[in-house]
Amino acid sequence: MEGELAHIGAGLAAIGSGAAAIGVGTVAGNYLAGALRNPSAAAGQTATLFIGLAFAEALGIFAFLVSLLLMFAV
Amino acid sequence: MAEEKAEGGLVFHPLDQFIVKPLFGDGPVHWYTVTNLTLWMALALLAIVGVFVLGSRGRAVIPTRLQSIGELIYGFIYKMVEDVCGKDGVRYFPYIMTLFLFILFSNYLALIPMSYSPTSMIAVTAILGFGVFFAVTILGFVKNGPAFLGLFWMSDAPAILRPIIAVIEVISYFVRPVSHSIRLAGNIMAGHAVLKVFAGFAALTLVSPVAIFGIVAIYGLEVLVCGIQAYVFTILTCVYLKDALHPAH
Repeated sequence: MEGELAHIGAGLAAIGSGAAAIGVGTVAGNYLAGALRNPSAAAGQTATLFIGLAFAEALGIFAFLVSLLLMFAV
Repeated sequence: MAEEKAEGGLVFHPLDQFIVKPLFGDGPVHWYTVTNLTLWMALALLAIVGVFVLGSRGRAVIPTRLQSIGELIYGFIYKMVEDVCGKDGVRYFPYIMTLFLFILFSNYLALIPMSYSPTSMIAVTAILGFGVFFAVTILGFVKNGPAFLGLFWMSDAPAILRPIIAVIEVISYFVRPVSHSIRLAGNIMAGHAVLKVFAGFAALTLVSPVAIFGIVAIYGLEVLVCGIQAYVFTILTCVYLKDALHPAH
């Protein structure tokens, strides 16, 4: 019974991956919108873009890690 | 690892690839045991030495292919350190270059089929991440003395909010090494696990064309992710180093 509940929990934790996808999409989309308005300023902001992507993506990875732990470690 | 089942499907665990095994014979893994992890870390170091020592041996004015690869990487990281940390951060360029090269080469070597990815081990990335954390914290205190604590005190925030923001800043400061290392390990591990999951589907006749196309697509994504994660780890190191050198906001 506990193992089954852990699998359900792992599936629920996978929702976090979708949420991270929304976050990454927001970052990249806003960057693109800004870059098309002012292309000359875009090159200077790629580092900020990647930092933002990394922060948004890290939380999805945490969710993935939680589901892995629930599947195999608990 | 993979064994044939009666229905014709391959049975293997997607996470089997991350098991640390002794390279010679079986037996318990001690800290001195040579494992597949050790082998692939050593191969990454050999590859770095190969590119940079062999590449720079000619010292040609018109660079050969290998030399221009080395020059491109060197120039890219040097410019990044200079842009993010400022002129006084260039002193710490060798450390950042070392981190970048190790992560980049072990990421890319891990894309060879049947290889082992050192950066997918949280033990490896935690050493890198906590190394950066301790180096940067000690450096901040040595350079700035107690003024380094000004990093947590937002002097332009409303006075009432400052203690609350300070608490949040301290927490986020101590979470840095954890997220720094788990981001790298998690990304690489997730990518490789997804590749193996698609490889599992490829054994079923019905979906195998889709699965093989999926492997190719995910592999392409992984080539991208490997570079980006090495870049992200390095640029975050630069950002943390900038905080240590110039703690005032």
